[in-house]
Amino acid sequence: MAEFKLPANSIVGSGKTYHAPTGAKRVRSFQIYRWDPDSGQNPRLDTYDIDLDACGPMVLDALIKIKNEIDPTLTFRRSCREGICGSCAMNIDGTNTLACIKAIDEVEGNVKIYPLPHMPVIKDLVPDLTHFYAQYASIKPWLQTVTLPPERERLQSKEDRAKLDGLYECILCASCSTSCPSYWWNGDRYLGPAILLQAYRWIIDSRDEFTGERLDDLEDPFRLYRCHTIMNCARTCPKGLNPARAIGEIKKLMLQRSL
Amino acid sequence: MSKSSLRTPLAHVRGLGSSRSGVHHWWLQRLSAVILVPLVLWFAVSLLSVAHADHATMKAWVSRPFNTALLVVLLTAMFYHARLGLQVVIEDYVHEELVKLGALLAMNLVVIVAGATAVISVLKIAFGG
Repeated sequence: MAEFKLPANSIVGSGKTYHAPTGAKRVRSFQIYRWDPDSGQNPRLDTYDIDLDACGPMVLDALIKIKNEIDPTLTFRRSCREGICGSCAMNIDGTNTLACIKAIDEVEGNVKIYPLPHMPVIKDLVPDLTHFYAQYASIKPWLQTVTLPPERERLQSKEDRAKLDGLYECILCASCSTSCPSYWWNGDRYLGPAILLQAYRWIIDSRDEFTGERLDDLEDPFRLYRCHTIMNCARTCPKGLNPARAIGEIKKLMLQRSL
Repeated sequence: MSKSSLRTPLAHVRGLGSSRSGVHHWWLQRLSAVILVPLVLWFAVSLLSVAHADHATMKAWVSRPFNTALLVVLLTAMFYHARLGLQVVIEDYVHEELVKLGALLAMNLVVIVAGATAVISVLKIAFGG
């Protein structure tokens, strides 16, 4: 069944508070979800008061400042710090986004930071994305052809290349999938918006010759049709993409070949 | 997401494979919704016209062949659409296979009996019950 309340060992308690240094003028509180698998204790919310005059503009800058200067046990993923690697996806101020391109100024009041929702947590802000990546592998995200490879590159018209716009930009940060209630309740079988957008990216690629087989693999009440078009995915995508539209296009192709 | 076995994550995701179904259900849900739009409008407008009618007038209205036909189509489409929608709700929220099966069976039974009762009531009036 869908779970409507947290299991006892997931209830978040209140944690420590780290005050800003005296004399700090622009102070913001960062309330951050903490959970250590080795402690045997419930998760807690730690509060870090940060002097914004001594901190970079983005939420990731604050996290790095906390880890470097205040609390080295804080655990999170980050890499490129420019919104292209997808590592620092987390739930900030109630919305899944990338910490590196989310400005602290965009948040009103305390900055609340949780890991991506409804994923198993490894530690603090680090979710276990093993299943998500396996789902990505399952759609065979590479070019498949029957025709033998040409001697030069595979040609594609400008019009056909344009069909990949709005799809190729996906960095697989999992913000959309983990914002989707259908993925929360049925993520074991439903592929979720990110993976379906990626699947569509290969279905619509003019150079690919396995379109039918790709559609075959998606034609399933759970893999594809759990999408009920509530659009959380499009609203949360930090890259401004629209996975719901891609899913709608897949559904149209399914209908086109069955009517 | 269970991690009870030593199977690889990909084996878990590939699972039993695609069921190669779902288009039909999805399409019929849309189709029945589209059919329902004019029928419900017709029904609402018609009800207004017989809002203050007495029992005999109401029966006469239902007995008119065109009204009977539209009422039967409306009720069939409505209960069929409800059946499709309720199936999705159960699939969304009930994950225990046996409970899901039971819920689907019970839901179908209730919707079919309720739908049949509604349609038979209209026919009974139409054929002078």
